[in-house]
Amino acid sequence: MNTPTLPSLDRRSFLRVSVLAGGGLLLGLNLRSSVYGEKNADPVTPFVPNAYIRITPDGKVTLVAKNPECGQGVKTSLPMILAEELGVNISSVSIEQAPLDEKAFGPQFAGGSRSTPDNFEPLRRAGAAARMMLIAAAAQTWNVPIAECEVAAGVVTHAESKRTLSFGELASKAALIPVPDEKALVFKNPKQYQLLGTRVGGVDNPAIVTGKPLFGIDQKVAGMLHAVYERCPVTGGKVKSANLDRIKTLPGVRDAFVIEGGEDATGLVSGVAIVAESTWAAFSARKQLQVSWDEGETSAHSSAAYDAKAEELGKKGGKEMRKDGDIEAAFTAAKKVIEAAYSYPYISHATLEPQNCLASVKDGAVEIWAPTQTPGSGQGLVAKTLGIPKEKVVIHVTRIGGGFGRRLMNDWMAEAAAISQRVGAPVKLTWTREDDLRHDLYRAAGWHFFKGAVDAAGRISAWKDHFVTVGWKETPQPSSGAGLSPDELPARFVPNFLLEQSQIATVVPTGPLRAPGSNALSFVMQSFIDELAHAAGRDPLELRLELLGDDRKLPAARGPAYETARMKGVLTRVAKMAGWGRKLEKGRGQGIAFHFSHSGYVAEVVEASVAKDGTIKVHDVWCCADVGPIINRSGAEAQVEGSIIDGLSSSLAQEVTFERGRVVQSNFNDYPLLRLPDAPRVTVEFIESANPPTGLGEPALPPLPPALCNAIFAACGKRVRTLPLTKTDLRWT
Amino acid sequence: MPKYDLKINGQTRPVETAAETPLLWVLRDQLDLVGTKFGCGVSQCGACTVHLNGAAVRSCITRVSAATTAAITTIEGLSPDGSHPLQRMWIKHDVPQCGYCQAGQIMTAAALLARNNHPSDAEIDDALAANLCRCGTYLRIRRAVQEAAALMRGEKVSETGVAATAGLAAVTCGHSYEEVGA
Repeated sequence: MNTPTLPSLDRRSFLRVSVLAGGGLLLGLNLRSSVYGEKNADPVTPFVPNAYIRITPDGKVTLVAKNPECGQGVKTSLPMILAEELGVNISSVSIEQAPLDEKAFGPQFAGGSRSTPDNFEPLRRAGAAARMMLIAAAAQTWNVPIAECEVAAGVVTHAESKRTLSFGELASKAALIPVPDEKALVFKNPKQYQLLGTRVGGVDNPAIVTGKPLFGIDQKVAGMLHAVYERCPVTGGKVKSANLDRIKTLPGVRDAFVIEGGEDATGLVSGVAIVAESTWAAFSARKQLQVSWDEGETSAHSSAAYDAKAEELGKKGGKEMRKDGDIEAAFTAAKKVIEAAYSYPYISHATLEPQNCLASVKDGAVEIWAPTQTPGSGQGLVAKTLGIPKEKVVIHVTRIGGGFGRRLMNDWMAEAAAISQRVGAPVKLTWTREDDLRHDLYRAAGWHFFKGAVDAAGRISAWKDHFVTVGWKETPQPSSGAGLSPDELPARFVPNFLLEQSQIATVVPTGPLRAPGSNALSFVMQSFIDELAHAAGRDPLELRLELLGDDRKLPAARGPAYETARMKGVLTRVAKMAGWGRKLEKGRGQGIAFHFSHSGYVAEVVEASVAKDGTIKVHDVWCCADVGPIINRSGAEAQVEGSIIDGLSSSLAQEVTFERGRVVQSNFNDYPLLRLPDAPRVTVEFIESANPPTGLGEPALPPLPPALCNAIFAACGKRVRTLPLTKTDLRWT
Repeated sequence: MPKYDLKINGQTRPVETAAETPLLWVLRDQLDLVGTKFGCGVSQCGACTVHLNGAAVRSCITRVSAATTAAITTIEGLSPDGSHPLQRMWIKHDVPQCGYCQAGQIMTAAALLARNNHPSDAEIDDALAANLCRCGTYLRIRRAVQEAAALMRGEKVSETGVAATAGLAAVTCGHSYEEVGA
């Protein structure tokens, strides 16, 4: 399967300014400026209709939110960066969602926790430049030195003469001021920030709580028809025949047809479309649909068969991916050697808004309204699918009812476009929950066969992991999200280290899911570290701090640089928050884990009880994260709270299993999400180190599953080596 | 096809549709009341929750023919101007992440508070146990419901939580839906 490609960067940053029709200041820039080492590629376009900041003479300030909003809060937090440097009250500006236009806005995607790190500096520059031009306009008006003018709340003040001019009054004049050179930009001292680091409510909250049409599934255009799409239950299968004649006679049905498709589940796949006058008419007609499929060979493709294959491979050696020191000598010299087999299942993104898309193909062009995390990739896919140039594909970016990585892939967008092209009318495609759960690009399953040692001093002296992963059929590389970096901790922290890898050929399409790789790897690594701590008779926190070792920076290699002091900082702080080491009654325990992903350092402690009948109750979760300075404190805390609930949800009972190549689960009755009564108390603290701010949509998720499983061990002595927890008998006496 | 006069958000809305059509799809496809969301179709997630005569029901499994005599309230009709205590406290506590489940959460909580404005924590948990939130906003939902209940009891509750942004952002795609509802 193809890994989704994020939009490439092809333009360098520059600031530009133009006068709005009717007067006013419009300032924009291309992102990924020279600080990222980009070279000037394209000539400067002097007048651009899109920009991040728009100030009209009536005083209206509009800030543009450039990236898709999927609940990670960027529609609020990115404009906050502009507002801070510009010097306006966030409560007095309007915020607009940008349409897809990467020439004007730079890369526009919601993925990899990149929105904050990629945009912080460029948006600061845009805000600062605009403020400086407004100040220059005021200084010119009053004929006073620029240095004597100050900005606050959208007003420039000359204190000495007690004169003021609002941004609106200055807008037309500011538009004629030369754009400051990037090197001449003066930024606010972060100590004087009034907005960044505070709690600001989501910009769409008033619309959300009153039910306004914000989401992809809410979109509508005149003459729109409604479609469903039946895909082969086995990925890569093809339609042989279908009872289309019967379907076309059903009430409300306008058309039904077979669409040829490819094998790649990230694009248009083979299936049957039913187009009707209403969603319900389409859903109802589909109940009568009978399709004969060419599914290919499926008998070997079941979860049980994959488990058996993993176990068989686990007994053999795998391909060597990393080898440090002398592992055999370390095992021989060890005080204790333990072995353990871990595994985790496929899981689904299960966005609450099912996949959907409105497409309108007309005269060789197409307009798309879509809840997509990657509008640029979607544009390319639609162009390729329909055989039209990219320039003929307009993408409107709607609010997204949950992303989690599912909407990095735009397969459903290709379907809507193909169906609209065929019927010659605007079509809204709506997936059912069953479609969504059964045609996901899943978080990859994996198996780890560990052997580890502690030496006489109680240190982890050897670590061997035979990682059995999954691939798409016979493709030599692991599936999307199924890889393991040879640098993944504890590599580089244990002197004698061996990583081997084997692969199972599957028919399961996979893709990135919130904190890809990390969301599963943290579980196995941090759990086995815990096992070694107990084997050594060591405190799990103390052993982790020792493992991280001296304060140092491991240089960026296959991932970003790793600063041990930052990780030890969050570990130490979270232990303090949780009262680590408190005496708890039998059946109640604390577990700790840490993980580095998306440049974020996060440690968590879970306190849970396990009743004698095996029932788990999670009481508290404490989290400490170092992602540099916080932009929107409310949004940041929300991402941590949500990641913790997400980690509990997936650990407790979620798995997608396969029989004869098809998904067994169908809806939330057999793919459960955590419910409100089971939500624990959550306490969040940030260490706001003086590093560049990084993203928080993902890194708070990975430590949760191992912290939970380590707490369960502390509570009842049962080691969880397989997720979800429903697979482990936790009863004790 | 049968014709019905539905009483929705204080208005009479004529519709013509098959009797077995779920109320959800009548609201969304025919009446442009899209605040009520489709999440699972089988009464598992609560995103489609509306009120029939004040009681919270799942519109995805409620046939339109079963809703013809009841007063139907959707999120659009919960208050004329978004000022229901739950809506205010949802904003104060910055509850939504993606926001997709929130109309259903609010409608379920509103039905609870209408019959019990002094719910215990356990009663809040029970009432909202069947409304799923994929983003995990449960902790803030609890706080918002508790404080909305206090507001409804006439207690003074601070409304300063998060700083508000400029108010309603432009509807994403600029499609104008007719203003309907109370």
